[in-house]
Amino acid sequence: MSVTLHTAQTWLDEGRDVALATVVETWGSAPVPVGGHLIIDGTGDFAGSVSGGCVEAEVIARSEDVLASGKPELLEFGVANETAWGVGLACGGRIRVFVEKLG
Amino acid sequence: MHKDTLKALLEAREKRHSVVLATSLDGGGEDLVPENALTQDHPQANELAECFRTGRSKIVETQGGEMFLQAFLPAPRLMIIGATHIGQVLVRLAREVGVEPFVIDPRTAFATEERFSDVEIIAEWPGEALGKLGLDRRSSIVCLAHVPDIDDEALEAALGSECFYIGALGSSRSHAKRLERLKDKGCEPDGFNRIHGPVGLDIGSVSPAEIALSIIAELVKTLRIHNGD
Repeated sequence: MSVTLHTAQTWLDEGRDVALATVVETWGSAPVPVGGHLIIDGTGDFAGSVSGGCVEAEVIARSEDVLASGKPELLEFGVANETAWGVGLACGGRIRVFVEKLG
Repeated sequence: MHKDTLKALLEAREKRHSVVLATSLDGGGEDLVPENALTQDHPQANELAECFRTGRSKIVETQGGEMFLQAFLPAPRLMIIGATHIGQVLVRLAREVGVEPFVIDPRTAFATEERFSDVEIIAEWPGEALGKLGLDRRSSIVCLAHVPDIDDEALEAALGSECFYIGALGSSRSHAKRLERLKDKGCEPDGFNRIHGPVGLDIGSVSPAEIALSIIAELVKTLRIHNGD
């Protein structure tokens, strides 16, 4: 298990809002395997990763909505086509990321 | 994820219990399944059993939609036999790849806190120390003492366990002699191919740090390619 979940617990203990993003599916080349975690707090601070860095910004942006509504979202990122959120993976892979609120 | 689920996950990790977290991707909740609580009555019993076996997480189709099964197996451990220079580097490299190191050496001059700060160091004979720590299927062992009495005792314990990786430092010639000794001690030769000797991937290592790197690379290869994780 990544140390990211330990960090998530620390953030919760500090009273911060925390969103958890998990890689749930990958196709082709993907730098972070299924089960990889990224956590984001209410101010946009983050730890961990769901990719080599190419989709983190978009996941962080979407996490604001998830923290506000408390409703999870399933995001998909691909390459060179019209992806769900307009962000592509340079490595040529495709990933799905589940974003949910912790707490 | 509910905060209680996170707590339970972290607790399972602490206790070296295997769990699978089943999360409905349609936002329909989650279920934390401990390995010892899995029964055939569970609707996803076969898929869950596979997760526990391979350590791989995956999405399954259920009547309620897509469900993500995330496997959380205990962190791999590395028992380093011989508190040597290679062992000092191995402790650091193991940690970097998420493997928890332990150092075992009955020679109290080697097994000092000064040489090995910040790691559990056990100044006992391998048989005794490994008996206490337990060599489960998420454990690995590498023998570096280069003293037959110490290394052989550890290898006997390793061959009798389910550990996923066994390495032993030494040339092909000394490895052949070692296998002869183990045979004389009554070890089953069928298991000898589990021992990686000479230890480590062949990357032309010369220095202790390079040898440690080759060992950790071989361990990761075994964990990821042969075991699944």
